[in-house]
Amino acid sequence: MRLYSGFALLKAGFNGQKNWQSLWRSPEPKPAYDAIIIGAGGHGLGAAYYLAKQHGIRNIAVLEKGWVGGGNTGRNTTIIRSNYLFNESAALYDHAVKLWENLSQTLNYNVMFSQRGVMMLAHNVHDVQVFKRHVHANRCNGVDNEWLSAEQAKVFCPPLNISANMRYPILGAALQRRGGTARHDAVAWGYARAADDLGVDIIENCEVIGIRRDATGAVEAVETSRGLIRTKKLGVSASGHTSVVLGMAGVRLPLESYPLQALVSEPVKPVFPCVVMSNTIHAYISQSDKGELVIGAGTDAYTSYTQRGGLHISSHTLEAICELFPMFRRMRMLRNWGGIVDVTPDRSPIIAKTPVPGLYVNCGWGTGGFKATPGAAHLLAWTMAKDEPHTINAPYTIERFRDGYLIDEAAAAAVAH
Amino acid sequence: MGNAFRNKDGKYIDYTQILRFTFDGKIYQGYKGDTLASALLANGVHLLGRSFKYHRPRGIVAAGADEPNALVTVQRDHARTTPNVKATQVELYEGLIAESQNRWPNLRFDVGALNTLISNFIPAGFYYKTFMWPRQAWGKFYEPFIRGVAGLGVAPTEADPDRYSQRFAHCDVLVVGAGRAGLAAAMEAAEKGLRVLICDEQNMFGGSLLSNADVQSTESLLQTMEKLHQYSKVTCLKRTIAFGYFPHNMIGLCERLTEHLPNPAKGDVRERLWQVRARHVILATGALERPLVFPGNDRPGVMLAGAARTYLNRYGVLPGKNIACVVGHDNGYLAALELQQAGATIAVIADVRTKPVGRYIEQARQAGLPIRSGMTVTGTGGYRRVRNISVAPIVNGNIDASDTIRCDTVLMTGGYTPSVHLFSQSRGKLEWKSEQNAYIPSQSTENLSSVGSAAGLAGNDRGVIGALPMTNKSTAFVDWQNDVTVKDIDLATREGFHSIEHIKRYTTSGMATDQGKTSNINTLGIVSNILQKPVPEIGLTTFRMPYTPVSFGIFAGFARGDLFDPVRTTPMHSWAIEQNAVFEDVSLWKRARYFPRNSESMNEAVARECLAVRASCGLFDASTLGKIEVVGPDAAEFLNRMYINAWSKLTVGKCRYGVLCREDGFVMDDGVVGRLATDRFHLTTTTGGAARVLAMMEDYLQTEWQDLQVWLTSTTEQWAVIAVQGPRARDIIAPLISGIDISAHAFPHMSIGEGTIHGITMRLMRVSFTGELGYEINVPADHGRAIWEAIYEAGQAHGITPYGTEAMHVLRAEKGYVIIGQETDGTATPDDVGLSWAIGKAKPDYVGKRALIRQAMQAPTRKQLVGLLTLDDQVVLEEGAQICATAANTPPMQLIGHVTSSYYSATLGRSIALAMVAGGRTCYGKTLYVLMPSAAIPVTLTAPVFYDEKGEQVNG
Repeated sequence: MRLYSGFALLKAGFNGQKNWQSLWRSPEPKPAYDAIIIGAGGHGLGAAYYLAKQHGIRNIAVLEKGWVGGGNTGRNTTIIRSNYLFNESAALYDHAVKLWENLSQTLNYNVMFSQRGVMMLAHNVHDVQVFKRHVHANRCNGVDNEWLSAEQAKVFCPPLNISANMRYPILGAALQRRGGTARHDAVAWGYARAADDLGVDIIENCEVIGIRRDATGAVEAVETSRGLIRTKKLGVSASGHTSVVLGMAGVRLPLESYPLQALVSEPVKPVFPCVVMSNTIHAYISQSDKGELVIGAGTDAYTSYTQRGGLHISSHTLEAICELFPMFRRMRMLRNWGGIVDVTPDRSPIIAKTPVPGLYVNCGWGTGGFKATPGAAHLLAWTMAKDEPHTINAPYTIERFRDGYLIDEAAAAAVAH
Repeated sequence: MGNAFRNKDGKYIDYTQILRFTFDGKIYQGYKGDTLASALLANGVHLLGRSFKYHRPRGIVAAGADEPNALVTVQRDHARTTPNVKATQVELYEGLIAESQNRWPNLRFDVGALNTLISNFIPAGFYYKTFMWPRQAWGKFYEPFIRGVAGLGVAPTEADPDRYSQRFAHCDVLVVGAGRAGLAAAMEAAEKGLRVLICDEQNMFGGSLLSNADVQSTESLLQTMEKLHQYSKVTCLKRTIAFGYFPHNMIGLCERLTEHLPNPAKGDVRERLWQVRARHVILATGALERPLVFPGNDRPGVMLAGAARTYLNRYGVLPGKNIACVVGHDNGYLAALELQQAGATIAVIADVRTKPVGRYIEQARQAGLPIRSGMTVTGTGGYRRVRNISVAPIVNGNIDASDTIRCDTVLMTGGYTPSVHLFSQSRGKLEWKSEQNAYIPSQSTENLSSVGSAAGLAGNDRGVIGALPMTNKSTAFVDWQNDVTVKDIDLATREGFHSIEHIKRYTTSGMATDQGKTSNINTLGIVSNILQKPVPEIGLTTFRMPYTPVSFGIFAGFARGDLFDPVRTTPMHSWAIEQNAVFEDVSLWKRARYFPRNSESMNEAVARECLAVRASCGLFDASTLGKIEVVGPDAAEFLNRMYINAWSKLTVGKCRYGVLCREDGFVMDDGVVGRLATDRFHLTTTTGGAARVLAMMEDYLQTEWQDLQVWLTSTTEQWAVIAVQGPRARDIIAPLISGIDISAHAFPHMSIGEGTIHGITMRLMRVSFTGELGYEINVPADHGRAIWEAIYEAGQAHGITPYGTEAMHVLRAEKGYVIIGQETDGTATPDDVGLSWAIGKAKPDYVGKRALIRQAMQAPTRKQLVGLLTLDDQVVLEEGAQICATAANTPPMQLIGHVTSSYYSATLGRSIALAMVAGGRTCYGKTLYVLMPSAAIPVTLTAPVFYDEKGEQVNG
């Protein structure tokens, strides 16, 4: 792999940037691999990378129905934070944040992780109680999260409307300074390049249509649109379509898939310094490096595989944005898009072995999978390599829905994540 | 230089109305009917902006929504500033103020243009390859720098005072686009008597007819409009863009109402969102002209040939006087002919095709225009305005020696691309037609038709796509605004980005504010050429709403301030205001939190209110509690299945506290249920849970238990609820009540009955959320305030005191009554919060029962509701604080619980708290620690009841 650096770029400038290589090859699938991962998003590619890098498995393929990073990796609003309430969640998401902090250097690819701070607004007494509970729990778990008064929140984010005359005045905010954003596509590309360099075959336009199991019930091969490929270790990281893929192995998952929308404004000069989330009135906003206001909306109320949500859902979000930031009413929506998110009953993910030997799954990230990308990838790789979970993902089993050991962040905080 | 490039033949210019405007502080003149772009061109101004990355000088390329370069900020005042507006779409008005963007210190001398010098070192995606060292520098140095350079205009910094509105409409036929095809379609539908809605983004109907020189176009347009206006069922919306196609033929329109006015009246609606549901949609969105990709194609003065025709014929403006044309489509010849006719010199017509034939070409030959075919462009000269163009013949596939020809304007055309944006948004399938070099609509999923050139181009009108043969790719722009060159696309493909989605994301081609209208198809052509694959194999990026950028304001519409979300107030709200109450938001409701007297603080007021309730009597507005009337022969059975409690044995005239779980066994809501008759129950829910509970109940009734005959009616707003709580409660209300014997013996705790109060029908419940003797008086909402005042009046002698939600919280915490959402958080079972006594154990089933027998629900380590008493009885704990068995206060700690409610109890003269602690019920008397950043506060675990442990007061 040709190293990326300012110097390399400078050097290449003198010969017309001609000598750069492909970030990843386009290999034909081999007849068999030691491990296969379905889904070439950040989670899947990252898992392949960590399998190759940390667990010494090099004969790996990542199968992708469409193109690298074309699912939720490239469709989210790139918010990264780890100020979750429960110990299990804080451990999981903070594991990811710690990996984020060095990811550009690890991958030699600038994923533009920007710790600009994520501020969550409290609009009523109940919000204040909930967020303070978060702040206390986070401190005790070694995760940074601090309580700000409305005035302090305004200092941190000057466009914020803290007028007491608002319909839902801002009573304060919880701020995680280590939170922020990253360049979503770069995460997929960076992992793809680094994994490819370690010998991982990234096979695009290769749809999995069946999972073959041997007499003992264990995974032995996947049937794909490009032929049969044998493997004894199969990891599935297919976000909204995970339940479809797992269904091929006869595993039913408690997942529901919903369309989730986001939108951006036209680019403007820097006007918005951080990430602001308001779960009570449904507004999620930051400004990209390019200058676009990046705004997340909610999921539709019904399940669907169409990658578009209802107009009333995005309208509702813009109502909230215009209420919090009334100077943005004249800003204009440039692009609106949707992705399919897979949601579990407790809104926490599944990173686990399945009842089928050799079949592993990483799914159920709902609206919050991007922030966990390196962590989820790392833990899926660990679980596949060792055939047992890491302590961090041990609670994130499928069986918890049967036994009741839920990790219910949404219920606990009424928080989207 | 006033309008030196203007003639008198602009067909839609009102030459009698001169308008003055300023651009970058300089005053110019234009006419009524101009756009900002046409007026500037008439004044010989071509330099309008700077590009995003290299800050190259840029002029006007197009004449409409496809304009990539000429972005300006239009300012009315500080608050009403609109950045990134396309000058081609700004209607001129008297006094218009426009500023160029993305330049410093000014448009002519822009420091950012130095980026051009280092363009070799900052190709597409360069930022992914660098800025990684040292690690901290990204956030501290590189990123702030990149951000400062990026962005286009400056966002407004003050609240937008303008209004936005929304409207819903239905019609038989919605026609999008009022050009020749759209007008014909609308006319046909109108003649059939159908309800027609026709919209167009321009300020007048006519589409491309407006750009034609011939008299017939104008006349036929006038006639059509006259006829169309005669149909009463036809609605014509000009200045209205159809920006989005949503499922089931719902189209979003944005109508601009005041942007073209010099002084919109205060309160006028600026823009309106239309959500139109149409039986049939006709897409007559026309076609967009394709630019050509050649070196130096971005200099000010390089313009689309069709745009030049629009400026000439519609606005009477010549883009230049000495014009070179680079053409890949016959339309370029028409432009040349018309401009020559208008007095311009045609320096050259360089046709990139080898043997062009056609009507206009023949006419051009006859007119003696200098035509050269089989040509390419090797470059252009000039800086702030194009000065010359170098053209070279292609001989045997190679670029031959070039000629440099002086000119002040270059017109280019690669042909037309059908506007299939809305069709594609509707999830219709597009089909590549190589003979047209275009994607055209194929199968549609909605009830729609594409007509005119939106449906495809006539014959083999293919033009050219992609890049012209060239050697210098670094100034051949594909996406002008985002500064994407052929070289960038080359690089992207070399780096393995072969999917068009990747190329778009890596190079940002097509992601600018023109949304790729001029760039997408050429990008496809270039990639197809590089990879030697047919266009359909490259893929096609998804067309997304909106078609052109639309204001956030229209989506927000009326939802601002108090209209952002409905404000719900109780019948006694006005009384509370008069009494100086401080309110809090609880879901949509405004609830009185406390009633401060004189200069009381909240704590002082709450202490006084609590003491009054315990000593004599308090008056509380409980109207916000959700109320549901459950009626039907199976009502009791329904409640049996719904609640964890058993209801069959509840006799008429009695109430019971009920707990509702979700399917997963966690407590969802609670309330009191009173039985009014064997088949009629009066239910209460929490304030926030009212809608949720009703929805869940309906869901079960309609899907799971269709066998039950039960009807549910929300009665939340029908009843005003006045809680009278305290030892003197009965004494106060008894004289006002008739029809019920409310003596302690006849109407004990947890009774319900109907009677009158002060002559008004009433449902009376003897219930208590304070632990005192108490009643909740339900009266029809209209009488709420009057009855409230009557009770208040009657209570004066007894020291009756209004109290708010804060005192209510303290009073119930003293008794250990839980609040759903405060003690519970969606992860607590009934047993966790000490409510297992409520479970009807003999019942075969209820919502949540199956979940509650799961392993985890039985675990002894579950968090349980307990009381906490601080060792220092004046310390009030913080709600949400975490609890640990040891005082060690550095992470990671073993957390075993958290404080859910914490108050100073004036009654007890000390602080009290409720908490959820793992296995807490087995540890009463134990010392635990509440962890604060500054210290670990020792607390003693107790039962969660602090006052009247035997519960005698309620039976008073």
